Amino acid sequence: MILTDDEQRMRDGAEGPAVAAAMDLLVRYGQALDAERLCTVRNVAGTTTQPSPVKARLVAEGGWDRAFSIINLDADETLPIPPMAVPTCQLQQGFGPDSVGTVPYPPEFVELQTDGEAFVGARGVSVLATCTPYQVGNLPVRGEHCAWMESSAVVYANSVLGARTNCEGGASTGAASLTGRIPCWGNHHDAHRLGTHLVRVDTPVSSFRDWGLLGYAVGDVVQEARPVITGDHALPDLTDLKHFGAAAASSGGVEMYHVVGVTPEAPTVTAAFGGRRVPEPVVFGEAEKRAAYERLNDQGSDTDVDFVLLGCPHASLDQIHDVARALDGRRLADGTQLWIMAPRALAVVAERSGHTAVIEAAGGRVLTDSCPAMSRAAPLGTRVFATDSAKQAHYLPAILGIQAWFGTTAECVDAAVTGRWRGDLS
Amino acid sequence: MTGLRPAPARVVLRGRTVVPGVVTGEVLVSPETISGWGGIDPATGTITEARHPLAGVCFTGRILVFPGAKGSSGWSGFFQTTRLLGTAPIGMVFAVTTTKVALGAVVTRVPALADLDDDPVAVLRTGDRIRLDATAGVVELLARTEEEP
Repeated sequence: MILTDDEQRMRDGAEGPAVAAAMDLLVRYGQALDAERLCTVRNVAGTTTQPSPVKARLVAEGGWDRAFSIINLDADETLPIPPMAVPTCQLQQGFGPDSVGTVPYPPEFVELQTDGEAFVGARGVSVLATCTPYQVGNLPVRGEHCAWMESSAVVYANSVLGARTNCEGGASTGAASLTGRIPCWGNHHDAHRLGTHLVRVDTPVSSFRDWGLLGYAVGDVVQEARPVITGDHALPDLTDLKHFGAAAASSGGVEMYHVVGVTPEAPTVTAAFGGRRVPEPVVFGEAEKRAAYERLNDQGSDTDVDFVLLGCPHASLDQIHDVARALDGRRLADGTQLWIMAPRALAVVAERSGHTAVIEAAGGRVLTDSCPAMSRAAPLGTRVFATDSAKQAHYLPAILGIQAWFGTTAECVDAAVTGRWRGDLS
Repeated sequence: MTGLRPAPARVVLRGRTVVPGVVTGEVLVSPETISGWGGIDPATGTITEARHPLAGVCFTGRILVFPGAKGSSGWSGFFQTTRLLGTAPIGMVFAVTTTKVALGAVVTRVPALADLDDDPVAVLRTGDRIRLDATAGVVELLARTEEEP
């Protein structure tokens, strides 16, 4: 791999041992990809603070310098970690102090994470603590090269914002944060951003649920490829596209998609395919919609719901407001809990706007920083949960060994109030 | 442990070096892609995804042969953890290169090969003994499992 003089200097240790370790990891990673060179990034979204048993051990052995060195730089020894070289944010993590008393999550992890936030914060990391950094202040511009992890954020950054990032990991984002470099490969190149599959929507897609079903079906068909969506769909909003991408990155590994006339690199079908031959369309009709719905609901058999989970990826203000309106004046059923996950910055606005008070008066909670899947934590005794998120319906049954129902936000709120699942695909 | 017999004919696959190194050992073939986050338990080195054909199977100390990675960007971190806990596979051979699996192989620090001239998932069988020379880009079948595929 070709390194610039600056990159070679970093590798040789001119900026200290942590930067040298970071450059060594990037070279090993770039060679593994067969990348020709590195590209400059000025926007990193990674994770350092999320607690785990291994991290707790490393911090006990040598502090957060050790945990960052071993995990985020893939080094063998404890290195002093300098300030971040480029703007960097912390993605979703474990549960924080606001969860105590509601979420069964180890108190020593809450403490460890709070300590970790101070460590990274002092080195210039913005602790956004969300899987949706683009909702709360990290909004890359079109064409900006980034190093992001979190599959739902990566697909949003590439597709909706027109920024350029691969699906990075904890070590590559750690190394990028100290060097401002990442292998120039895959989604950083024009040719790897063009559409590969044409998808024709033949059944109306107009709701948040429908965009999730479309994403789940499309991800299953195209896997890691790049779908181009056309046809009978309404103009999606941020929330719809957030759901669509997260679903497509769960059933498949979609990192880039185009919605013709909506997303920035697809003003036309021709442009989405870069002038190459447009393939025959894959059709998303009534049958495909029903198949996706049934697959997402094949982990549920008992209609007694004890847990309702909303806000995956982390909720927008519109979503929190919608839930508050649906819960206004109602009470959750005895034995049923409702959590809506949100970025802490938006939870502050929701509280200020009065939405949180309405949700809490009904017995629900607005929670931040994490989610039940990331932290393997749901209300004690949960057997059956309901969600409006295709991603949570996909992952949580395996992670927590519980049954799942997927439907609209209104159906989920109804389940929380009645304790019964009554959803259908109408 | 199943029986082994000499390889029927010389079976050699050639591919691209992902992580250099040489290792000899027993193969575990996954017919499907593997999830890291939500798909493996690093503490025990087993595949945990309920719908996966290898659910409950341990990869520790074996050469993992698989189509590629799927799922969350936590893939590499989960395989890095298997190294830190001593439950890692001893080599990786995979068909499709993505950032998840490439970084995962790098931080697991085991010999790894990709982009082979034949499909390793179809050619190799669980229980086969192979020599993986990821530096030279060669997989050689040393002994064939007696177990029927």
